[in-house]
Amino acid sequence: MISLRGLTKEFPGGVRAVDALDLDIGDGEFFALLGPSGCGKTTLLRTIAGLETPTSGTVAIGGADVTRLPPGRRDVAMVFQDYALFPHMDVTANIAYPLRIRKVPRARREEKAAETAARLSLTELLARRPGQLSGGQQQRVALARAIACHPKVFLFDEPLSNLDARLRLEARTFLKRLQRELAVTTVFVTHDQGEALALADRIAVMSAGRITQLGTPAEVFRRPATTFVAGFIGSTPMNLLPGTAEGGRLHVAGAVLPLPSEVPDGPVVYGLRPEYADLSPSPPPFGDGDAFSGKVAVVENLGTAHLVTLECGDHLVQAVAPEGEEPALGALAWVVPRPGRALIYRDDALLTAA
Amino acid sequence: MTDARRAVGVIMRATFLAAVLGFFSLPLLWLASAPFDAHPTITASVPSLTLANFRSLLDNPYVLSSLRNSVIQAAASAALVVVLAALAAYALSRVRVPGRDALLYVLLLLSSVVTGTAAMVPLFELATRLNLIDTHLGVVLTLSGGLLPAAIFILKDFMDATPTSYEESARVFGASPLQILGHIVIPLVRPGLATIAVWAVANVWGSFLQPFILLRDPDKAPGSVILYTLYTEGGSPRLDLISTFSLLYSLPVVVMYVFVSRRYGFRFHGGIKR
Amino acid sequence: MSRADPAVSPAGLGRRRAVGFMLPALVLIGVFLVFPALWTIYLGLTDYRLTGLAAADPHVVGAANFTEALGDDRFRSSLWLTVQYVLGSAVVGQAVLGFALAWTLRNRPGPVKRITEGLVLLAWILPSSVVAFLWIALLDRDEGTLNAILHTPGTAWLLDHPMSSIIVFNVWRGTAFSMMLYGAALENVPPSHLETARLAGASTVQQLRDVVLPRIRGHVLTNLLLISLWTFNDFTAFQITAGGPEGRSEILPMYIYNVALSGGRLGFGAAISFLVLLINLVFAFAYLRILRGRREVVVP
Repeated sequence: MISLRGLTKEFPGGVRAVDALDLDIGDGEFFALLGPSGCGKTTLLRTIAGLETPTSGTVAIGGADVTRLPPGRRDVAMVFQDYALFPHMDVTANIAYPLRIRKVPRARREEKAAETAARLSLTELLARRPGQLSGGQQQRVALARAIACHPKVFLFDEPLSNLDARLRLEARTFLKRLQRELAVTTVFVTHDQGEALALADRIAVMSAGRITQLGTPAEVFRRPATTFVAGFIGSTPMNLLPGTAEGGRLHVAGAVLPLPSEVPDGPVVYGLRPEYADLSPSPPPFGDGDAFSGKVAVVENLGTAHLVTLECGDHLVQAVAPEGEEPALGALAWVVPRPGRALIYRDDALLTAA
Repeated sequence: MTDARRAVGVIMRATFLAAVLGFFSLPLLWLASAPFDAHPTITASVPSLTLANFRSLLDNPYVLSSLRNSVIQAAASAALVVVLAALAAYALSRVRVPGRDALLYVLLLLSSVVTGTAAMVPLFELATRLNLIDTHLGVVLTLSGGLLPAAIFILKDFMDATPTSYEESARVFGASPLQILGHIVIPLVRPGLATIAVWAVANVWGSFLQPFILLRDPDKAPGSVILYTLYTEGGSPRLDLISTFSLLYSLPVVVMYVFVSRRYGFRFHGGIKR
Repeated sequence: MSRADPAVSPAGLGRRRAVGFMLPALVLIGVFLVFPALWTIYLGLTDYRLTGLAAADPHVVGAANFTEALGDDRFRSSLWLTVQYVLGSAVVGQAVLGFALAWTLRNRPGPVKRITEGLVLLAWILPSSVVAFLWIALLDRDEGTLNAILHTPGTAWLLDHPMSSIIVFNVWRGTAFSMMLYGAALENVPPSHLETARLAGASTVQQLRDVVLPRIRGHVLTNLLLISLWTFNDFTAFQITAGGPEGRSEILPMYIYNVALSGGRLGFGAAISFLVLLINLVFAFAYLRILRGRREVVVP
């Protein structure tokens, strides 16, 4: 549906926002571009829209090369981060604007706008101006405007970031359902990994203008390809500890852990999500060295669980303790990794799980 | 803040505002009283009310035609300035042209110097060669040329302060640059356009030197020039006519200002920053 | 994040169309502003006169007009008067009074604000020909309103204090612009900044110096630049004093008028116009230097 080949966007001054990028997005797919600010995700989205002209490479939509086409002839609709609802037009006129450009007669486009508005429960608001709408309503009007012109592709730039936290969850569910119903190829940009995991069929994690990892939310969450992705994905940051592999054992933060035999000796980075680390108030029966041990330095309440930080020598190790089982501050505690859930990285590439 | 200090503040503010009100209304008193005075002197005083001055004013053959001329020249200049300045300011605001700021400043500088007395001779000769002497067009073009740089300068700030995502959004929907200007940008900067229009009309309405030099025919002269012809044969000013005509001549700009500021707001954008 | 493509605007306005948008304005400015300005520069190098032999056949006299002007006492005193006029009425008068009004009236909706702003703006939008008569009527020796109010009959303000008169006149005439500009600028100062300063116990003066001024410095300088230029070249005061008595209020625009149009020495007048342009240029560059030099962030 959307194919990018060797796409590069260089800004004056030599900054490469997008760097020789190849990507294929399938028909009807809900696709996330995820990364920290400045990674080039917004520039990539704007290049697909045609708002930026690539320095080199091609953009194809539905099999046709659109690299040189102006945005208006690419049959895409974009929802901007600030929604860009025209403040001097009421909701009807805003939703009908794309049709006005296509010279649809006024009666027909107002009918169409009312239809679309009804679908997004905006009927009561049709006569209002954007300034009289709440953030969530504005977002839905922006979506309605994008839907009304029946594009081949939706492009969303941080569609949920201007909403407050509770509304954002509601809007997320709504957005996912809407995309399922419409089945229109959708690319959206976000810096919020939770949003990307929750919404997308596939995620491209970007950094410095390149795609670091491409995969389903499950793949990206379970097997982050690099320590950058590992650190970026997940609501609690993954423990990333330097260690050494030696004769089938891993020495890390005072613990000696078993290691799959295929890991050759040498320095590695050991990654373990706090959710996959079991906290215990006493040393595990199978031997003191098989677990991280340390003093409880911080306990953070997550609502249904607690995030516990241990001081293990020079390193901090975090683990999630279930409700009611959190240790006392300053107490000694042990962290036992769940088998098969830890990740071993060497030279910033994933070697294996352990 | 203590109560005493707050009281001092209130008193100081009230005194200051009273002084300002006095200062700004004092010169206007004459305009409010003299036109209705049967025997106006130069002093503003409570007049013995009469409308006779208005009647004798209308006997002057040039008064009504001069008002019409003023309307033609002011409206045409304002329209020209608003349209051309909006186009230019939009382009300057959105497309980076090398040396843009320097160009604007140089033009601004030229406009304030050249619209003074300095360039009257070249302007007269230019108008002569272009056959613009004794035409409304000559006055309109000359005045517009002088007003444009400041109009572009002020309008560009309104344009700069408009988020670009509105235009990008319209562009993704397929709107052409002219459609974007008409549907999105112009409505968004309407207060700026209204401000510039009022400012241009007020400037042209009061301009004396250019129409005085470029128009020989008193049938074409605007009110600002005719005002200076209201003298007796002995050469002393006819205060009854001057004050009455001053009031009459001021009313349209005041009415226009009130209308525009009610409708769109008369203001500058907070963004004049460079 | 979203940097604009340098060649394409958000609306998809390419370079070429942008030039097309600018062209009509630039042509009009070129023909009726730049061209006369250049012509003035040329005239300044000649002995062109309104009447007589040099009117038909002007000769290029080189820099003679300029050396004569710079050596002329009348020019130098006129320049000094202009400096007083600009400093007194624009930089001090309009800017300070305009700011004081904007500051006093900010966040204070109501009739007081509306009436004050309305009056100040009225002084600005009234036609200049009318305004001149208003001030003549106000300051007249025998029957002026001011003498009637102050009980000072016979004080000839325009004869005894011509400079002060036109300075006060210009403050009255032009304060509206500064008031509006500063009013808009003050809206840009986040209330939280002022509140932070107030919580820290800052006095009004300290708030102005530490919070307001840094935020609106650009507006202050733009305002000063514009009102200085306008005041420097303003001709309305001519309709009040005509430069008199004895040239004691003859600021440069009046001097040029008196020399060039009344005196008929067009070439000499043009040379002085050129000098005025140069002085204005120096003004403008000084402001720009201050503005640029203190700006912390490089504008993209």
